[in-house]
Amino acid sequence: MTDTTTPARMHVADTVQNAASTPEKEQPYAALGLKPDEYASIKEILGRRPTSGELAMYSVMWSEHCSYKSSKKYLRQFGQKVTPEMTKNLMVGMGENAGVVDVGEGWAVTFKVESHNHPSYIEPFQGAATGVGGIVRDIISMGARPVAVMDQLRFGSPDHPDTARVVHGVTSGISFYGNCLGLPNIGGETYFDPVYQGNPLVNALSVGVLRHEDLHLANATGVGNKVVLFGARTGGDGIGGASILASDTFADGGPTKRPAVQVGDPFAEKVLIECCLELYREKLVEGIQDLGAAGISCATSELASNGDGGMYIQLEKVLLRDPTLTAEEILMSESQERMMAVVEPSKLEAFLEVVKKWDVETSVLGEVTDTGRLVIDWHGEEIVNVDPRTVAVDGPVYDRPVAYPTWIDALQADTAEALPRPTDPATLREQFLKLLGSANLADKSWITNQYDYYVLGNTALAFPDDAGMIRVDEETGLGFSIATDANGRYCQLDPRQGARLALAEAYRNVAVTGAVPAAVTDCLNFGSPENPEVMWQFSEAVEGLSDGCLELGIPVTGGNVSFYNQTGDVPIFPTPVVGVLGVIDDVARRVPSGWQDEGDNIYLLGVTANELSGSAWAGTIHGHLGGLPPRVDLQAEKDLAGLLHAGAQSSLIGSAHDLADGGLAQALAESVMRFGVGARVWLGEIMDRDGVDASTALFSESTGRVIVSVPREDDVKFRGLCEGRGYPVLRIGVTVKADAGTPASLEIQDQFTLTVDELRSTHRATLPALFGPTVG
Amino acid sequence: MRIGVITFPGSLDDRDAQRAVRMAGAEPVALWHGDHDLQNVDAIVLPGGFSYGDYLRAGAIASHAPIMSEVIDAAERGVPVLGICNGFQMLTEAHLLPGGLIRNDHGSFIRRDQTIVVENADTAWTTDFEQGEEIVIPLKNAEGGFIASQTELDRLEGEGRVVFRYSGINPNGSLRDIAGITNERGNVVGLMPHPEHAIEAGFGPDTTLAMRSGIDGLRFFTSAIRALQTV
Repeated sequence: MTDTTTPARMHVADTVQNAASTPEKEQPYAALGLKPDEYASIKEILGRRPTSGELAMYSVMWSEHCSYKSSKKYLRQFGQKVTPEMTKNLMVGMGENAGVVDVGEGWAVTFKVESHNHPSYIEPFQGAATGVGGIVRDIISMGARPVAVMDQLRFGSPDHPDTARVVHGVTSGISFYGNCLGLPNIGGETYFDPVYQGNPLVNALSVGVLRHEDLHLANATGVGNKVVLFGARTGGDGIGGASILASDTFADGGPTKRPAVQVGDPFAEKVLIECCLELYREKLVEGIQDLGAAGISCATSELASNGDGGMYIQLEKVLLRDPTLTAEEILMSESQERMMAVVEPSKLEAFLEVVKKWDVETSVLGEVTDTGRLVIDWHGEEIVNVDPRTVAVDGPVYDRPVAYPTWIDALQADTAEALPRPTDPATLREQFLKLLGSANLADKSWITNQYDYYVLGNTALAFPDDAGMIRVDEETGLGFSIATDANGRYCQLDPRQGARLALAEAYRNVAVTGAVPAAVTDCLNFGSPENPEVMWQFSEAVEGLSDGCLELGIPVTGGNVSFYNQTGDVPIFPTPVVGVLGVIDDVARRVPSGWQDEGDNIYLLGVTANELSGSAWAGTIHGHLGGLPPRVDLQAEKDLAGLLHAGAQSSLIGSAHDLADGGLAQALAESVMRFGVGARVWLGEIMDRDGVDASTALFSESTGRVIVSVPREDDVKFRGLCEGRGYPVLRIGVTVKADAGTPASLEIQDQFTLTVDELRSTHRATLPALFGPTVG
Repeated sequence: MRIGVITFPGSLDDRDAQRAVRMAGAEPVALWHGDHDLQNVDAIVLPGGFSYGDYLRAGAIASHAPIMSEVIDAAERGVPVLGICNGFQMLTEAHLLPGGLIRNDHGSFIRRDQTIVVENADTAWTTDFEQGEEIVIPLKNAEGGFIASQTELDRLEGEGRVVFRYSGINPNGSLRDIAGITNERGNVVGLMPHPEHAIEAGFGPDTTLAMRSGIDGLRFFTSAIRALQTV
């Protein structure tokens, strides 16, 4: 522990006393992102004008990013649309740092996805790196050991000159931070669309595991308990990031906002993780909170609000990287790799021993009180005296105007089903390859080769499989599976249906691995809430998602809202990223996504309709977006998941792969390329049964569909399983290995044949051609 | 048989190395960088990671950790020492092995299932391999390019001290495709790829037989156990 430091240049802070005696002083509330009525409301709460420190706190905590002021009204549905059955395994729900799910055998899993969009456009490397760092600290603060990360990335047009800058920066930032933390990166998404050109989306998800008894919460309870800040020193980085960056829109020609992006040090975070886990093991902390957006303002006000209600802090005790920082800057700083703990006085010595062992710097800032006030002193003078709930909990709530978009009826009327579809094998083959090599469907190993998925030794599945899977218990094999999805194109056509489609796909991606879907997290990326049409999209998406979760019987456990994603006046497509977590009794029973053995029968589960609107085919072949996205039948998704689980439990299924973007064509190609085992496939029975043509059979994106491969000896049992459950099933092919003279190939009978090498070279060439060569 | 795995601040694969020791049939012993105590272990593993955030140079600060003086003494006494990735970087920084490791020639971190050839099956960590055998173990690094002077490289090759060479693809620009080397006595081995990630079916690299079934890394640890048993 280092002694109190004295700033080189003593800053004279605005005291509470001074604020009371100078009511007329002009304050820069607007520059801090507060609206006039919000400023007036702060004055009313306090009965005086705020001090500059209080103004700093309110401005960051009442920002859209921290307060959810525009979304709160809608997010309540996630807590309301639940049944007792849905919440019975939920140990911690929404509102904490991350949700916690009981996965059995005394284990729990905590997970959450969060956005770091705006910083990642300004400074892609640090923005993406600190996005990983922030979500991992949320997981640690629940008492869990982080065990995996994933990223959901959306970039601008692949051939736009600025896209490479963002792609390189974001990928290397995630690679640098995640790899240095020793966390396997097991999946995620990468999409390109011009709508994200000036506003890429960088979402980061982390998962942690804990024993039930290790659960920790962000509560400051126990009067007299010490409030301790530990980890990295506080510097000038990220000041105002929460209020100014995350709640503002990028406009051309404005001043550069680079200094507001935080800078990350993964080594400091890795040491902090191990240090926290040792503190938990020794039972040395009563409450804990990570410092993220809004830094000390957020941590003190949230800890106090969730606990006994009062806290006293001596702000000059904060260890500084830059001694010239003012009190307001210290309150707002978003320096990374910091945690705040509440420690019983009798355990303080033991606490300090542990942090010293890990060479983590620490200072005791103050203590928990029962005054109901958060009081912050600066060199003996009171600069903050507020009811913490007015800062952290009872911020403004807006009922923003909502308007049905003027353009959406015309968009929905312009369907892709009316576009010309090829009928001849040569054109089908050409379109098949064009889709396979399109940036959105192409191989992403240019990115994922930069991520370590081996570290920790428990990764059972990772990209390019449909979901990532991690073993939780080495003795029993208990594990979890996790997948995320979002399709902005579908959501632009119909945000309610788009959100349900994202949920259905993530749910299906977890189910194909043999796991049972259990809980949901979401990151809702939208344009400006001040645009009534965006607010309509948001309300539709949240209703669709919350209704969908109720239908599927899995609860939303937490997540994040990111508004103001737009360039100028043009909002991004609504992009609600949905993450589904599933549980599997034994990861040894996991189901891979590709074919491994010869002579297996290939079955298509589900039916194919003429649903091409919003599809990858419409976008890639015709540059078209219009119509209504595919229908979703969540009861069918549930039945399908049950069928897949039963099949996996009895080891009847050799592989299973979800059909989504690019339809059956893409799923077949990926199943071949995964392990280099070919197949002979016929479309005739699909076309006859479902009344569709060959191009629809290949490219339609109808939901509730999966291809599975089944060893011959299990064929009768598998058909029996499907019939017993009444799920539509068709045998559409058989796997074929290479033999002397004939290379492994995908043969679509009566249409075309492509060798594995042709498929792979098309699939793998795209990203290296755009962003530079890759090794091997 | 007790094999120590040293944890430094920023070590990442220490628990993986402990698991590998256990699965090979020995008892893993967790050692701490700040102690001057090897707890009488029979062999030592310096695990992978980013000790001290790779500040200064990868492995440079860790090579001056308190426990390293005991490691250097033990290595000179003939105790088997294996440095994996960051551990290899520490061994070169501590001058237990010659040469050094620099930024990958392509500039990026890379993770891949890497084929390497075992060129020396006589070291403490490789007796369970055949000379010339090809094995596949994961590789993951940003600073894995092995360098040394031409004279040193000639000497390493002349004395048979190149233990592993990259096969097929050289993933990081290592001179003469060198993936791992040993000291004159053959008890200290350092390599960039990660044998501790190929020790358990279901969690290793893909093989032609089944996904994630590669366990070639296990034989590093069984070799050391055998070497110790025959001492």
